[in-house]
Amino acid sequence: MLNPAAKLIAEPFSAVVPKAPTRDGFGKGVVEAGKADKDLVVLCADLKESTRAEWFEKEFPTRFIEMGVAEQGMATVAAGMALAGKIPFIASYAAFSPGRNYEQIRTTIALNEVPVKICGMHAGVSVGPDGATHQMLEDIALMRALPKMIVINPCDAEEGRKAVVAAAKTPGPMYLRFGRAAVPTITTAETPFAIGKALTLWDPPAGGRKPQVTIFSTGSVTYNALSAARALDADGIGSIVVHVATIKPLDEAAILEAAKRTRRVLTVEEHQINGGFGSAIAEFLSEHCPVPVKRLGINDEFGQSGDPDELIEHYGLGASSIRHAAEVLIHSS
Amino acid sequence: MALDDARIQALEKKAEAIRETILKMLVAAGSGHTAGPLGMADIFTSFYFEILKHHPANPEWEERDWLILSNGHIVPVRYATMAHAGYFPLAETLTLRKFGSRLQGHPERLRLPGIETTSGPLGSGLAQAAGMAYAFRMDGKKNRVYCITSDGEHDEGNTWEAIMFAGKNKLSNLTVVVDRNNIQIDGMTEDVMPLESLNAKYAAFNWHVLEVNGNDISAFIATVEEAKAIYEKPTVIIAHTIPGKGVPEIEFDYHWHGKPPTKEEAARFLKELRSAGGKVPHEYA
Repeated sequence: MLNPAAKLIAEPFSAVVPKAPTRDGFGKGVVEAGKADKDLVVLCADLKESTRAEWFEKEFPTRFIEMGVAEQGMATVAAGMALAGKIPFIASYAAFSPGRNYEQIRTTIALNEVPVKICGMHAGVSVGPDGATHQMLEDIALMRALPKMIVINPCDAEEGRKAVVAAAKTPGPMYLRFGRAAVPTITTAETPFAIGKALTLWDPPAGGRKPQVTIFSTGSVTYNALSAARALDADGIGSIVVHVATIKPLDEAAILEAAKRTRRVLTVEEHQINGGFGSAIAEFLSEHCPVPVKRLGINDEFGQSGDPDELIEHYGLGASSIRHAAEVLIHSS
Repeated sequence: MALDDARIQALEKKAEAIRETILKMLVAAGSGHTAGPLGMADIFTSFYFEILKHHPANPEWEERDWLILSNGHIVPVRYATMAHAGYFPLAETLTLRKFGSRLQGHPERLRLPGIETTSGPLGSGLAQAAGMAYAFRMDGKKNRVYCITSDGEHDEGNTWEAIMFAGKNKLSNLTVVVDRNNIQIDGMTEDVMPLESLNAKYAAFNWHVLEVNGNDISAFIATVEEAKAIYEKPTVIIAHTIPGKGVPEIEFDYHWHGKPPTKEEAARFLKELRSAGGKVPHEYA
């Protein structure tokens, strides 16, 4: 059943569930955080409409900095501004930032330990028709390998808003990942959010059926994981769904607790399974609670053009694929 | 403001002492770059002993000028100059590149107070300096930002992104010094990847361009003064320097870009340095 403590919307599985891209959460959050802190600035690399950075520009024109198509310049100018006392949020597509400007982020932001918040939009295959060049699938791996870097991947626009507001108040470098496609907004203003905390969305009621698998998911595919849990439940299979918005640092206590209860783990991410979120979970559990782990994600290949839903299905990240993978895992371990 | 002859001579003497420190540091380290640091000793002396508003005892002083070293590999000259200026004991310069030292092979902000940013990977310092200048102007702060770059790092796209950005935003509180010594690791800059006409390129990007002999302390200080008087644009000072300056046998030789002298070579170089006055410390004799 839905975890009441998550305070999700009343009917997340309704056919008319509200939808918005997680990047809208960036747009709203950065305006909200900008009102609270005059040192917050936003830099953008010629993508202010699609990144929603222009929502900030409209409110705070003098604190919006247009860099042109220059992601390396954006990261390094932001590092300089942070050293001079600003809190810069830098917005572009994840394929270019942190894709193109990785070394600048490494040296001038992470090693320098400055509060630049790297906001990577259009991450994952759900970018859709633009195809493989623009479908960033390695950003989590790149960013979580960096010392000092916090990595956050919100599940919907509302959580994205909260993540940005929290990022503005948190010292140090951070990577926040957002998507292009509209996805169900299932969290509410009351849903708990804290950097470093995972959120249990689905858990059988006390005395109910024993959960046989934990699905750890991150980003907007969390909705599909939740839908899969509901379908498994209808088939008489109990499961737990834990949404892990903060990939680094992991909420180790919450992950350990769920893994110990189910002794089987499925991970779901719109990212390469190599080096990404599933890898982070597997690395942690192999040292602290070695149980079977199956990672769902992009399996060492690039994306392609298509409709977002079509691509999510093709790469095995739809609800039915997740449900099937859970059943296979349960029957094979 | 013209400096009197006695002051210039004192600064020249200081630069020679800094060169001596650099050679000793490099021998002790056993690795590192020789030509760039020696070539830039006059410019660093000018900054730390004449141009910069700074307090060695209080590196975080709010009103200080910021000196960004983009080409971090020449940091021995910065360390040596900072030590002579009183940021830390001169003896600490001999820890360069050693385990546990604050004097990392390439400078790190979080290790040594007074290092404004971490650098080494080329091409990212000018953009950071521009970001600082932009932020200071937003806040109405008077801090000036100086950025030292190498000529070779003008091969990097990131440098030109920053040149465009600073030109667009007319960052007149930013002064960039290009160490135009014409060498890089693989050879002469004009053979590896021609940069000329560098002056015309900066001018086309809406910068005010000045040119100076970077080994002439008096002229360099006067040129920085001139840059400070420009309110419409950022200024670049193309400073022509002699790589390896002070040691005649390595001057202009790009092979000395990226290696330190051996103990024997250093003994000879120290003899050649006028500052040593023929008196070589016994450990190098």
